[in-house]
Amino acid sequence: MTQLLTRPAPPVTAAPAVPKRARPRRLPTHLTLLLVCGVWTVPVLGLLVSSFRPAYEISTTGWWRAGEGRLTTDNYRDVLATGGFGTALANSLLITVPAVVAMVAIGSVAAFALARMSFAGRRAVTVAMIALLALPVQMTLVPVLRLYNAAGLTGTFAGIWLVHLGFGLPFAIYLLRTFFAGLPEEVFEAAALDGASTLTTFLRVAVPVSGPAIASVAIFQFIWVWNDLLIALIFLGGDPGVAPLTVAVSNLVSATTGQGWQLLTAAAFVAMAVPMVIFFALQRYFVRGLLAGSGK
Amino acid sequence: MVPTTRVLAALAFTVAVPAFLLGWLWVVGRLEAVLPHRLQRRLVPWLWLAPALVPVGVFLAWPLANTVWLSLRDAGSGAWAGLDNYRYLVTSTEVHTALRNNLLWLVLLTGGCLVTGLLVAVLTDKVRYEAVAKAAVVLPTAIPFVAGAVIWRFMYQYRPPGLPQTGTLNAVLTAAGAAPLAWLVDTRTNNAALIGVGVWMTAGFATVILSAALKALPPDLHEAARIDGAGPWQAFRHVTLPQLRPAVVVTATLVAVSAFKAFDIVYVMTNGNYRTDVIANLMYRQLFVAQDYGRASAIAVLLTLLAAPILVLNARATGRAGR
Repeated sequence: MTQLLTRPAPPVTAAPAVPKRARPRRLPTHLTLLLVCGVWTVPVLGLLVSSFRPAYEISTTGWWRAGEGRLTTDNYRDVLATGGFGTALANSLLITVPAVVAMVAIGSVAAFALARMSFAGRRAVTVAMIALLALPVQMTLVPVLRLYNAAGLTGTFAGIWLVHLGFGLPFAIYLLRTFFAGLPEEVFEAAALDGASTLTTFLRVAVPVSGPAIASVAIFQFIWVWNDLLIALIFLGGDPGVAPLTVAVSNLVSATTGQGWQLLTAAAFVAMAVPMVIFFALQRYFVRGLLAGSGK
Repeated sequence: MVPTTRVLAALAFTVAVPAFLLGWLWVVGRLEAVLPHRLQRRLVPWLWLAPALVPVGVFLAWPLANTVWLSLRDAGSGAWAGLDNYRYLVTSTEVHTALRNNLLWLVLLTGGCLVTGLLVAVLTDKVRYEAVAKAAVVLPTAIPFVAGAVIWRFMYQYRPPGLPQTGTLNAVLTAAGAAPLAWLVDTRTNNAALIGVGVWMTAGFATVILSAALKALPPDLHEAARIDGAGPWQAFRHVTLPQLRPAVVVTATLVAVSAFKAFDIVYVMTNGNYRTDVIANLMYRQLFVAQDYGRASAIAVLLTLLAAPILVLNARATGRAGR
């Protein structure tokens, strides 16, 4: 990159503009991108550095002066051991994995029916799913909360799995329906000729070739459920024993007024770690999920 | 520690849902074999849809109607309240502040994400480190808003003039000889500071959509314009941008809807103090602090009504984009 930045600009001539003249304009391009990338990465870098600094140094000097002081992993130890973040990490996993598995399983069955079976009402169901995809979650909170209070489901994981399942299904169905509908007709005809049942066709023909689409849905929903704060705050209540990472971090923020800032840095990184690993390892599927979100 | 029963319950749910589905579809398959053909073609698709339609009905469709109904009831949902809750929306200053802030979110978040998204999509298209640059901007879309809020609390950290600044932004300001700013408290900067975090976390989404749309454009027109002597800016402004229009509209509408739903950043960074409240936070407080289900429902209806026209615009733009 430095090599690109320092490439000497060709001498400016008085010749009329031809496409080759684009060369001298590359320096502003690199500088702008460098600035944008800086603004987007420096905040994460700053927090990462801070999370390895002792409490006193965090509150008195900036992270860029970390080299002058001491580095420590105490923040992570404290936050995981005494701060309850070990439990929160486990809670996040226990909330996310079952919800996503249920969403993908049920979603792919429904998407298959919508994509490969013709019946009266198919169009209506598809349109309804797309409309519900865009419904602000807030519109559903009060009735579901009242239902949960009456049924004793507030504060339970079963309750929050079901809420996430209901909210996430339209997206799963939407994305997978598009994918199933795009599969070539011949494969299904061949299966029908072999006398395969609908269930066999779904399990042996449709699902095996849909790996990437199913992965996109699963990864996107995983990150969505993992990152959720509002639904967890509302349906899990105030008990820190059941709080996922997002709730634990936000509780720590409201509890800290100056004191305990060093814990916040490590806590935020614990909350970010799983989505970041998924992002770097499975970027392709994650991006496809983002794109599908736009294609309503 | 996490109780063992909770882990077992999670495992059981994870295994039971797919197992139940398989069992259900197997039963449906047996039914298919015995049912007369006509009934079979009508009934079987609905039996396949049922496992999805039940949760969607319970958690989305029914609450949608019920919220409208509850917005006409009193705080405890017991007695009829007529339009009282809507009168509160019209007359209360806290609602007005929240609405004004959401309008700011709408304009600045959408504008910020579109400008950044277009800039990154267009500029990275021509460089060799495209993947790295795009990854830097897209990464924050994967992390929790809560974590983003913590990251930026450290960026916006304020200490009185004279003391060494620990927040990156104030360190830059004081190094340049300016006075440090209390970004999140000062009412001149705090809303913009919160929205800035939103842009930082959402611009990657705009970048992904716009970049994909840009790659899908045929290069001929752009090249023709350049050969005819158009500068890069002119070619972008008069050739590329009009072609990108459907993608820009779709992106703008989706970001605009997220501006109405903004919650996490405000909740974590200021909790709506210092005149930074937004509709979603107001609703949360009505639900849990005031425990007024009627007002909370009316706020939800308002939120949905505000988002609805944008969604219609989005649906139409999507139709035009031919997706």
